[in-house]
Amino acid sequence: MSKGLSSKRPGSQRLGKEQLAQLVAGDIAQGSFVNLGIGQPTLVSNYLTAEQHVTLHTENGMLGMGPVAVGDQIDEDLINAGKIPVTELPGASYFHHADSFAMMRGGHLDVCVLGAFQVSATGDLANWNTGAPDAIPAVGGAMDLATGAKDVYVMMSLFTKEGAAKLVQTCSYPLTGVGCVTRIYTNEAVFLIGPDGVRVRETFGTTFAELQERIGVELLDD
Amino acid sequence: MLNFVQSAAEAVAGISDGATVLIGGFGNAGQPMELITALLDGGATGLTVVNNNAGQGDAGLALLIKERRVDKVICSFPRQSDSWHFDAAYRAGEIELELVPQGNLAERIRAAGAGIGGFFTPTGYGTMLAEDRETRMIDGRGHVYETPIYGDVALIKALTADKAGNLVYRKTARNFGPIMAAAAINTIVQVGSVVPTGDLDPENVVTPGIYVNTVVRLDAPARTERERSRQ
Repeated sequence: MSKGLSSKRPGSQRLGKEQLAQLVAGDIAQGSFVNLGIGQPTLVSNYLTAEQHVTLHTENGMLGMGPVAVGDQIDEDLINAGKIPVTELPGASYFHHADSFAMMRGGHLDVCVLGAFQVSATGDLANWNTGAPDAIPAVGGAMDLATGAKDVYVMMSLFTKEGAAKLVQTCSYPLTGVGCVTRIYTNEAVFLIGPDGVRVRETFGTTFAELQERIGVELLDD
Repeated sequence: MLNFVQSAAEAVAGISDGATVLIGGFGNAGQPMELITALLDGGATGLTVVNNNAGQGDAGLALLIKERRVDKVICSFPRQSDSWHFDAAYRAGEIELELVPQGNLAERIRAAGAGIGGFFTPTGYGTMLAEDRETRMIDGRGHVYETPIYGDVALIKALTADKAGNLVYRKTARNFGPIMAAAAINTIVQVGSVVPTGDLDPENVVTPGIYVNTVVRLDAPARTERERSRQ
């Protein structure tokens, strides 16, 4: 794993969304094939460097996706999974939907970065449905992404606006995938999920002891 | 039998009430809008539609749903900011929804075209979308059994066809086109151009003509402004 930006970061302040995206980008190994989920994970692409040689996958059928299209680059036949017009980079390739998801399910993508409502201590992910009775369910590619990539990184705030921890012992929202998340990047800490439990890699503007007090999940100190 | 027809109306004329219709496209990319409009005008009803979404805005599939011509949608992502016609039909209990993870949806369509009687996939295992489903542990990992999705008809969009029905697509507009073409009894394709047999490089053909039944040439597909100004 590339340590890059993450290893010696002074942890005196909570991270903003851009800083968090920068942290994730710095942790992605050179030469990786990566899928960035819709929303906050998309910000990671702004901080990937040319030297990292990261190839971006979009599940609607493309490897080698470039930045968002502007002006006369906009082409309605060239969009990302969020249906935003994008560009292609040299070396890009196109393929149909079944191939795109076979690529994912077959374990060929190194990293997928997703948002989440909740992650459990054993890496269960809930990110597609809040279980509200009047909500129209929509899953898209979330379950395929969660299940398929070699590593699933989650980016989220550690607490809801109401102050409830989103790292939980057991998810109360409907699951997207079981035991799939390997790492959680939050504004207050980075957590590594392994066979022995949830390890705190680093903290931002808080301490291990404070986190342990506020989260109902047993944490391991790095 | 491969037919080349002159209009979208002629292309969809054989679609009957109660048909299962596979409709290509992801958002607007690859959506066969003119064929869908012709299906709407043609009056077929009681349809089951398979698409990634459940219509957006006031066009295409959204209008088919608005007019209550669709009894059931099989899709991965019905809820969008502009899916108001689906939302209204769903809340009124006037449309059935089968929600399928996007990769399972694609593979179920592929399985139908490939003569596979279903498959076990890890996607969705342990979630509410796999409740009451057959499961199996394979190499220590939970899998869910998924069935093929066959179409009576596929409506898809490609860039170019040759007179043998071979198709090439354009960028991410390819999406569901090739697998839907194989999964339907009657595959109807709208293209931007038709070229003589032999003009497509066989190495570059994406959908071989064996999967194609009807081709209609309609207005040229989208290009970038820069490409337009070059022509």
